[in-house]
Amino acid sequence: MTGTTSGSRLHLPRYRREDPSLRTPVGYPDYKSTGLRAPLRTPVDLPQRLTEVTGPLLGEDRVTALDADLTKRNGGEAMGQRIIVHGRVLDSDGRPVPHTLVEMWQANAHGRYRHVVDNWPAPLDPHFDGLGRVMTGDQGRYEFLTIKPGAYPWRNHHNAWRPAHIHFSLFGRAFTQRLITQMYFPDDPLFFQDPIFNAIPEGARTAAISRFDYDRTVDHWALAFEFDFVLRGRDQTPFETDDDGDVA
Amino acid sequence: MTTASQTASQTASAAVSVQNPDLVLTPSATAGPYLAIGLTWDNGHGVVPVGTPGGFWIRGIVFDGLDEPVADALVETWQADPNGRFDHPDDPRGAQEYPDLTGFGRSQTVNGGEFSFYTLKPGRVPDGEGGLQAPHIDVSVFARGLLNRLVTRIYFEDEAEANAEDVVLNSVPEERRRTLLARRTEDGYRFDLNLQGDPETVFFSL
Repeated sequence: MTGTTSGSRLHLPRYRREDPSLRTPVGYPDYKSTGLRAPLRTPVDLPQRLTEVTGPLLGEDRVTALDADLTKRNGGEAMGQRIIVHGRVLDSDGRPVPHTLVEMWQANAHGRYRHVVDNWPAPLDPHFDGLGRVMTGDQGRYEFLTIKPGAYPWRNHHNAWRPAHIHFSLFGRAFTQRLITQMYFPDDPLFFQDPIFNAIPEGARTAAISRFDYDRTVDHWALAFEFDFVLRGRDQTPFETDDDGDVA
Repeated sequence: MTTASQTASQTASAAVSVQNPDLVLTPSATAGPYLAIGLTWDNGHGVVPVGTPGGFWIRGIVFDGLDEPVADALVETWQADPNGRFDHPDDPRGAQEYPDLTGFGRSQTVNGGEFSFYTLKPGRVPDGEGGLQAPHIDVSVFARGLLNRLVTRIYFEDEAEANAEDVVLNSVPEERRRTLLARRTEDGYRFDLNLQGDPETVFFSL
């Protein structure tokens, strides 16, 4: 069968495997919802092939100029502490990932999400929907203007509170790099009792916490936090396959 | 002989690694119960526009360990075009013939736990070992209760010959392979995901 290839050799990158001692497990007993959802069997190893080292490079048409500023919705200003959240999307070699879609969602200043399932008694804000989207620039940079999300209670255990966090979704440039994560704020006193934070292996937890960035604060306007996303990097030596798919 | 430009580029890449010794990866976290706020896309289920000739639906339900539908999951797909090519710079063969095919689908299980995609059947893709893989679609699953994404693959039950030659399917214990096969239906295929139990879907580590 020749219809699937051209005569050129395929130079395929290979993405470094995650360090298992720093990888968030799928399930974690203290996080109750994992009990009936996290698979019980050991995953089967999938060596990376063409499908895994490619991935969707899209999003430009899903982003509008207003999506980077969450503080102005429905003709008014969102309540809460205005913050700039900025940083870079990198791979683990420190190389920037340019022109990639960054999606984020968060609770409002009172810790309430605009979602039908969230009905704890904290007010909704008519001028805050909690949704942001941007594409990274040439150097992998992104920036949002938003408000600091509040902490909120949940039913995982008695008197359980989620530390303030922002959800982020990233594609990178390959299926292998896909990531959904939560960014936290420095020195949150709620970390100790939060199973979603504590499910992260200890050596990787600081990589989930943003840094207060006084240099980027804006006088009489906004505080600032910096957070770099680090996605899986490529091995130095790519592997090659010829037009029959043979490894060279 | 090492040319000046080779030396320069080696120095540049060495500088990158010295400056940035293997950074700690950003750890994964659950998408939580409110992922619909941030990850809802109009027509996200259309890998090609609905109605594209030759297209079909893949529908499925995500079941938890009690066989209850999971009504707050996000399922995403990534696939080659019908010629087995990817619209991506790391596939130097290029994907020229299907400009309407994004290769990517995103669907939430909000309607009774069912997700759905409208797509074209991918072609066979080189497996890097001298053969061709059977038509397949890579799948990511995110949900409350999953702290890291789950990865699996959809294969097609009506591709028996190609499936028998597929290196990935053959790496899966025979009695579990059927969990990766989409079954023919009236408007396409059915592919349910079982997060636990018997039969638990085969999930992969990448």
